[in-house]
Amino acid sequence: MEIPYTVEVRPDTGLSNGKLGVWLFLASEVMLFAALFSSYILLRVGSTEWPRGAEELSVPMAFFNTVVLITSSVTMVMAWASLKMNDFGKFRTYLGATILLSFVFLVVKYFEYSHHLHAGEGPWHNTYYAIYFTITGLHGLHILGGIVVNGYLLGPGARMWKTEKERFTNRIEIAGLYWHFVDLVWIFLFPVLYLL
Amino acid sequence: MDAHAADDIRSHVKTYFMVFGALMVLTIVTVGVSYLHLPVAMAITLALIVATIKGSLVALYFMHLKHERKLIYYVLVLTVIFFVFMMFVPLLTNLDKITQGY
Repeated sequence: MEIPYTVEVRPDTGLSNGKLGVWLFLASEVMLFAALFSSYILLRVGSTEWPRGAEELSVPMAFFNTVVLITSSVTMVMAWASLKMNDFGKFRTYLGATILLSFVFLVVKYFEYSHHLHAGEGPWHNTYYAIYFTITGLHGLHILGGIVVNGYLLGPGARMWKTEKERFTNRIEIAGLYWHFVDLVWIFLFPVLYLL
Repeated sequence: MDAHAADDIRSHVKTYFMVFGALMVLTIVTVGVSYLHLPVAMAITLALIVATIKGSLVALYFMHLKHERKLIYYVLVLTVIFFVFMMFVPLLTNLDKITQGY
């Protein structure tokens, strides 16, 4: 069965179906993270003492990861722009770089997690670490999801470029919307968990 | 792709790299401010303002919200209303403290 409105816009929404779909999905994602941010506020306001993030966690590592994620957002949008300029070679380089940076982020996160776990600071240690592991864990799963989608689009999914250029370009734009959202969440997580 | 559209994208690319620069500078500002050891309320306010500016840059330029269809704005306005409500829910648990002036 043919999926409708993948390239041409649907007259009543003014959008392709995929784009509207991803924005609705992102709206639900905002609420998922909002629930956890709300829990964070509740726990923090209700506690008698709360550690300063900078004294518990590694700010340099998180700073590095922030730079990595922002850079990966730029390479992602450049992957889309390359397709728009009909340059498939550049697209592959940029999307490849995005995936590489995603792995860098996860490796740094792995070192952070293992450091805390070895120091006995697991989620069970206190409320602060509980919410830290919950929120960054969920965010890390989103990074993993992005790697799967972007990996598919760089690998087997890229065949579509040969037959349906515009549809493939839209797929990259939509995958990009998700990826920028993951970056956006981290932009808030970094100060909230590490600095305040 | 016609030449005009490609030119259009090239000017977008320039913007993307300018936004990238702005995001890097603001990230350094975020970290820098945390070393000032400001009072908690002020530190939180400042950090959230900077994060909101950074988030808006990502949404407006990388996610193309600057030139998007109205329907998506409607969806997002609704999301923002629910989001703000969700952020204020925890305050209800502290109403007694607030009204009694602790």
